[in-house]
Amino acid sequence: MAKLSKADVTHVARLAKLDLTDTEINKFLPQLSQILEHVGELGKVDTTDLTPTSQTAGLTNVLREDEVKPSSIDQNGALSGTNKTHNGYFKVDAILTERSDK
Amino acid sequence: MKNTLIPIIGLEVHIELATKTKLFCTCSADHFSKKPNTQVCPICMGLPGALPYTNYEAVISTIKFGLAMGSTINLFSKFDRKHYFYPDLPKSYQISQYDLPFCVGGNFAGKRIRRVHLEEDTGKLVHETIDGVKSSLIDFNRSSVPLMEMVTEPDFHDIESIISFLKDVQLIVRYLGISNADMEKGSMRLEANISLANSEQVIANKLPNYRVELKNINSFKFLEKAASVEIKRQTEALEKGEELVQETRGYNEVKQSTFSQRSKADAHDYRYFPEADLPPIELSELIIKNLQLTIPELPEQKRVRFEKEYELSKDFANILVSDLDRANYFEEALRQAQSKFGQGATLSARTIADLMINRKLDQEFPEPAGLVKKIIELTSVAYSSNEEVENAVKSVLIENEKAVSDYQTGNGNVIGFLIGMTQKKLQGKGNPQIVREKLLEGIQK
Repeated sequence: MAKLSKADVTHVARLAKLDLTDTEINKFLPQLSQILEHVGELGKVDTTDLTPTSQTAGLTNVLREDEVKPSSIDQNGALSGTNKTHNGYFKVDAILTERSDK
Repeated sequence: MKNTLIPIIGLEVHIELATKTKLFCTCSADHFSKKPNTQVCPICMGLPGALPYTNYEAVISTIKFGLAMGSTINLFSKFDRKHYFYPDLPKSYQISQYDLPFCVGGNFAGKRIRRVHLEEDTGKLVHETIDGVKSSLIDFNRSSVPLMEMVTEPDFHDIESIISFLKDVQLIVRYLGISNADMEKGSMRLEANISLANSEQVIANKLPNYRVELKNINSFKFLEKAASVEIKRQTEALEKGEELVQETRGYNEVKQSTFSQRSKADAHDYRYFPEADLPPIELSELIIKNLQLTIPELPEQKRVRFEKEYELSKDFANILVSDLDRANYFEEALRQAQSKFGQGATLSARTIADLMINRKLDQEFPEPAGLVKKIIELTSVAYSSNEEVENAVKSVLIENEKAVSDYQTGNGNVIGFLIGMTQKKLQGKGNPQIVREKLLEGIQK
């Protein structure tokens, strides 16, 4: 079964924007490996006769008309979860890095 | 011998669709210069428990565009989550399409299309220093506005063909009425993937082992400059024997150079997986066929028709067709002129096109009727009525039997004399074209 390396853990940590110490990496390495192994159990299920699916509800084409409806929240409501605002905007520390994607 | 380097360029084009509502909620999608965070709801702000609900109009617009690009429409498609962190992406994933986009393949203006898919736009960031602290401000009005992305194959080898291709794409989008594709407002955004192939790679039909992504380009001019300095940079590096790396670069207008934004070390790892909150979309051949029928006359077809039907020069046809409003104005003015003067009147299609293009009269008169009226004033010859012409022609034909029989026995030149005689009777007020028509009619009787 999947055996993770230290580099894998660092990579996953970076994708999750986490700074891990060496001690933490060593702690999470076996834990993550175990989780993967556990999920890997699914690989034992015989799926030869099953159609792949990306959902469980069995629905298709849940679509709506293009009609504007009033929102349940106004600007105050939208900003109510934070006290860091400025002129109707959410305010965060300056983002210096370029986005990794548009 | 110096190795010849050939630019290999592929394009990514993002187009914000002009639907009334956002892609996954019923907030207004018309976000340009609106007060920040006033067109938002729990869905487009990514609040816990909110569920997306797909806007069918956005799906249809994407498919129409795909059909215009000659793409194959996937009868079964779905949305996927693309994960990355950025403050303008409230859910920390963007709903996009991965392996089953709405449209695959295609060929447009001689270039192969790889795919066209639909995704949601992000919020908008504004960078500002507030009380001496550098801050970033976030507005979610744009969050989840439908964004269509087209990806081409790396079929471009020079900048000129890129620009003309992109202008054609922009025009098609406008003809389809699915977006204004306005670059200044950000409703059309460009990216170019550029690398240089050497002769061996060209002969072996192999792509270079790197490519540089030029991002966030918001005008054709900008793209032209950015691409040309990037090609120059790569050429110089390769000629010096340096190795180029896979990276994303931005363009600095002031320095007229490109700069690295992200290198291979941060290669994409978006952990795509199916969007479980949105059931897949199944389409039938019947729906696709009917959508195909709703596609209007596209620029290329209109160009050909204008040249043929109105005998316009290639230049005139091109100019009119490159602006749908202008093309419609032209046809409307012509229709009105013809209903006033009859087919084949002096106000020919070419005259109207000429007055629009060379004298900009369509700008002076927002309504075609105004232009037609103005033309009448300009020509200001009060032509004799059709009845007057007919009477004059009748008596001329009777009085000039010899000329008529000369004409009938093959002396075509006599027609000039007959026209002159008729004009004399009309005191020069006859419309020459109509006089000629009536004379010929009379002779043949």
